[in-house]
Amino acid sequence: MPRQSRHARDVAVVAFAQSDHLRRSDELSEVEMVMPVLHQVLAATGLKTGEIGFTCSGSSDYLAGRAFSFTMTLDGVGAWPPISESHVEMDGAWALYEAWVKIQTGEADTALVYAYGKSSPGSVRDVLTRQLDPYYLAPLWPDSVALAALQARALIDAGETDEPALAAIGARSRAAAAGNPHAQLRGAVPQGGYQVAPLRTGDCPPIGDGAAAVILAAGDTARRLCERPAWITGIDHRIEAHGLGLRDLTDSPSTRTAAEHAGLFDAPVDTAELHAPFSSQEVVLRKALGLGEDVTVNPSGGALAANPVMAAGLIRIGEAAARIQRRESDRAVAHATSGPCLQQNLVAVLEGDRA
Amino acid sequence: MTAASPPEVLRAPLVVEFPFTRSLGPVQSAFLTGLREGVVLGVRTSAGQVMVPPVEYDPATAEELRELVEVAPTGTVTTWAWNGEPRPQQPLATPFAWALVRLDGADTALLHALDAPGPEAVRTGMRVRVRWAAERTGAITDIACFEPEQEAEEGERQGGAVPHDGVFDEPVTGIVAEARLDYTYSPGRAQTAYINALSERRTVGERCPSCHKVYVPPRGACPTCGVATTDRVEVGPAGTVTTFCIVNIKAKNLDIEVPYVYAHIALDGAGLALHGRIGGIPYDQVRMGLRVEPVWTDGGRYPDHYRPTGEPDADYDAYKELI
Ligand SMILES: [Zn+2]
Repeated sequence: MPRQSRHARDVAVVAFAQSDHLRRSDELSEVEMVMPVLHQVLAATGLKTGEIGFTCSGSSDYLAGRAFSFTMTLDGVGAWPPISESHVEMDGAWALYEAWVKIQTGEADTALVYAYGKSSPGSVRDVLTRQLDPYYLAPLWPDSVALAALQARALIDAGETDEPALAAIGARSRAAAAGNPHAQLRGAVPQGGYQVAPLRTGDCPPIGDGAAAVILAAGDTARRLCERPAWITGIDHRIEAHGLGLRDLTDSPSTRTAAEHAGLFDAPVDTAELHAPFSSQEVVLRKALGLGEDVTVNPSGGALAANPVMAAGLIRIGEAAARIQRRESDRAVAHATSGPCLQQNLVAVLEGDRA
Repeated sequence: MTAASPPEVLRAPLVVEFPFTRSLGPVQSAFLTGLREGVVLGVRTSAGQVMVPPVEYDPATAEELRELVEVAPTGTVTTWAWNGEPRPQQPLATPFAWALVRLDGADTALLHALDAPGPEAVRTGMRVRVRWAAERTGAITDIACFEPEQEAEEGERQGGAVPHDGVFDEPVTGIVAEARLDYTYSPGRAQTAYINALSERRTVGERCPSCHKVYVPPRGACPTCGVATTDRVEVGPAGTVTTFCIVNIKAKNLDIEVPYVYAHIALDGAGLALHGRIGGIPYDQVRMGLRVEPVWTDGGRYPDHYRPTGEPDADYDAYKELI
C-alpha cells in the first residue's frame, strides 16, 4: 500500500537514541550526557558528523542556569570545521520540525536533531514559572504542578475523568515502562499523596536528567540508511491564547488543528506516543486526537515514566519511529507539548512502507 | 599521562537573579494602575466579551482592544487546585487554593490565590471576593488573594461591566519583574578534574583520542572530532604568548592599574591557548613569542597573572598553529 505524503520531499526518522533518564547526573556535564546518544544515532546510520547536512538542538538556559548553555553541547557534535547548525529554546520536537523544514526546502538531505535537559541542578517547578506571562502570572509563581492541577479539576468537574481513572493512567504508563530500560520510573509506583490536589505524586512526571537524538533523512538516502524508515507523512504545530483563563482547559483545540494539518484523521493509527507529563493531560489529548481504545498509547511509558524537560517531546517522535522500524507499528502519531496546560502542541504522523 | 579517575564531583550554589524592567502598554497600564486604586478593569471585544485580566489584542481575531470597562471585585471560581505546601515565592505562606476566578461582569477568568481554611471549604462555583494588599504599587500582587464571599454581602453582587476611561493620576507605566532561581551547579567530570588540579597549582587538560589535541580547560569533548576526551595530561607550567592586547580602560571593581596586557597563552603541551594577564614586564614590552609562567597568590584558586620566565622567545613556527 503506497504512503501518501502532502509534502515536497519524503522525510523519515532513520535513527533514534536516548540516554537512561536519571534523577540526577551530577558527574556529567551536559555535553558529557549528550555525546553518547549522538554517537549511537551516528553509529546506527554509519554517518560521520561531517556528512550531516543540518544540525538542530533543543534545550533551555533556564534549566541550566546559564546563558547560551547550548553552545557547550555543540562540542559533542564535532562543530569544527563549521557546520550548518541551529537551536530552539524549546523541546527538541520543535528542533526536529525546523530540521524537517530545512530538508523540505532542499537545503539538506540529512539532519541530526538532539535535545537534552538537566532538571536536577534547580527546582524545575519554580523554573517553569518563568515561561509564564510576566505581568499577570509570573509574579504569583504558580508552578507547573499547580497549573496542571487546575486543568485536572476542570476535567473532573466536567465529568470527563475522576481520581481513580487518573491513577490508572499513571499505573498503566509505569507498567508499560517496565519494558523500557531507559525509563526513570518503571513498574508499580505508589500513587502517593496530593502534590497539588487533585493531582497526586503518581499523576505527576518524575523529575530527571536526560537526552535524546534523532537522525532525519530524505528519500533514497533514508532507504539506504535504514531498513524500514519511519516516514513523517505530516507534521504541524499550533499554539493557544496565552491567558489560562481565556482557554477551555478541558480541551486542546491546538492539538486537534495540528493533527488535522498533519493528516492524522485521514487513516487509522495503531500507536500514539503522547507527551502528557500529567495523567490528566492524557485525557485531554485522547479526546483531541480522537484516539479509541484500539490504539496503543505510550507503550514506552511516556512522560509519566521519564520526563527530561526539553527532550521528552522529541523522545515521543523517536519512540513512535522506533516502533515503526521494529515493525510493531505501521502508522503512528507522535505528540509533543510545551508551556502550561498543553499550551503549544506539535503532532507528527509517521508511517512505514508496507509490503 | 594518566587515565581519568572516578569523579569527585564538585558542587556549588549558583544563584541567578534577573530583574527585568518591562514597559506597559495602555491596557496593562490601566489594569495595574486600577489595582493600585482598588478598581478592577477589563477590556471589551468587538463581540462584546469582557476579558479580565485584559489583553491588548483579541486572541480570536487579533483585533486591537482598547475599550476598558470596570468589573466587580467579586466573582465565581471556575476551577481550583489545593496547594497544601506553598512554595517560597507564592502569594500566601499558609496552604491555599489556586483558583481561576470569573469576576462579575467578566467572561474570562483571572488566576490568583484563594485563602480558605482547607480544601473542603472550596468548590467550583463558589463565590469569592478580592482581598486587597495593604500596600499597593500597581502590580498583580496588589490583589493579596481572593477570599470566600460572606453571605451578608450577597446583596452587593454586581452583574455587569461598566465603562471606564482608564484614566488615573500618576499611572503605572512599567513594572520590574524580579526573579531569583537557585541552582546547585556541578561542572561535570572533566571540569571537576581541572578545578581540583588548580587547587594543587597544576594545570591539567584532556587529550582527544582521535586528533590528539590537548584541551585546556577541558570540557569533556573534542569539538573537532565530537568524541569524549578522556586522557588527562598535565601542561605547563610555562607557556608562550601567542597574541595579546593592551587594556586602557579600567574596569569597575578591578584593582589593576591601566594600561595592562591581556594575552592568549599556550601552555607547554596544550593544544590551544588560554587567556590571562601579563605582569612583571612593562606593558609596551610584551610581544608574541614571549615565554611566561604563572604567578599564584596566597589562597588564589587560579593564577593571578603570568610573568616572563627569562627564556629566549619562542620561534613563531612553534606556536603559529595556536594563535
Ligand atoms: Zn579531536
